[in-house]
Amino acid sequence: MASVFERIRGKSSSSAVQAKERLHLVLVHDRTDLTPDDLKSLKDRLIEVISDYVEINAADTEIQIQVEGREQTLIANIPLRSPRRKRR
Amino acid sequence: MNAKVLTITSGKGGVGKTTTAANLAIALTSLGQKVVCIDTDIGLRNLDVVLGLENRIVYDLVDVVEGRCRLTQAMIRDRRFENLHLIPAAQTRDKTALAPDDMVRLCNELRPMADWIVIDSPAGIERGFRNALAPSDEVLVVTNPEVSSLRDADRIIGLVEAEEKGPVKLIINRINPAMVKRGDMLSAPDVVELLSIPLIGIVPEDEAVLVSTNHGHPVVLNEKSKAGTAFLNIGRRLMGEEVPWMSLNGNDGLFKRLGQLFNGGS
Repeated sequence: MASVFERIRGKSSSSAVQAKERLHLVLVHDRTDLTPDDLKSLKDRLIEVISDYVEINAADTEIQIQVEGREQTLIANIPLRSPRRKRR
Repeated sequence: MNAKVLTITSGKGGVGKTTTAANLAIALTSLGQKVVCIDTDIGLRNLDVVLGLENRIVYDLVDVVEGRCRLTQAMIRDRRFENLHLIPAAQTRDKTALAPDDMVRLCNELRPMADWIVIDSPAGIERGFRNALAPSDEVLVVTNPEVSSLRDADRIIGLVEAEEKGPVKLIINRINPAMVKRGDMLSAPDVVELLSIPLIGIVPEDEAVLVSTNHGHPVVLNEKSKAGTAFLNIGRRLMGEEVPWMSLNGNDGLFKRLGQLFNGGS
């Protein structure tokens, strides 16, 4: 049961909200059969391959699974290095 | 008659599959439908005892499949409802005594005799579940608003979709409105959002379920019970009727949100 203290802090600490947040993450990984480690190694290899063709900003590259209903989409956000920086 | 095969499953054990199967079968019968229930939990049969028919068993599902009796000999008629029959599971065998093809053949033979065939699936994702799913026209996944049964329900939904079975609909069983209200239990809209399949019923936690199971008279026969009413409502929805969501604790905000989820075509 949520304590009085937790109630004052707001709904975000309720056990139901925690259950929902935890389940959300677990279900994404269950459905794709991708562990966080798999996702990290996918990202590293993606950076490696794309770097063969174009200069990218590896540090700011993001990869995530977007969920909509029961459909999941792999979203990669790969910033290219700006031409100005390239000239320096 | 050309029966529709309804499979009740969950992944996790103990969430109320057998209770749901028994109550929906009686709900459909009371709505004038002819129903045959099949318990596919070989070795762990229970639908007989929940329905109060445990003393009437002569032949079982495996006897039919292995040719020791005719199909109609294994169908136990419920004396309270002339349109309700049960084919019990074998108790001294295991799930390998039955194959998915056997279930398809058996249900095809049954279809002309009933309006609904209600299959109670065993827990798990293996042979027993495959047997229960193989002949299915519609799948009802039972879950409790709790992390482990929800996770397993999601796995089951994925497997049903991979087999291109369905439609799959959700029953949230044993919801406790007071706990939801104080933020200690996932609400029905939370569960629907996580699993992303259409909801067909919300059954509140209700002591009357255990009491009526003790007697072998499923709770749907108890008009005063909220769980009983919830099961009857699911039966009516299965028949295509639009039944408003029952208020569990006067929390109209929740039901407004639910209504929106449905109208949104989820």
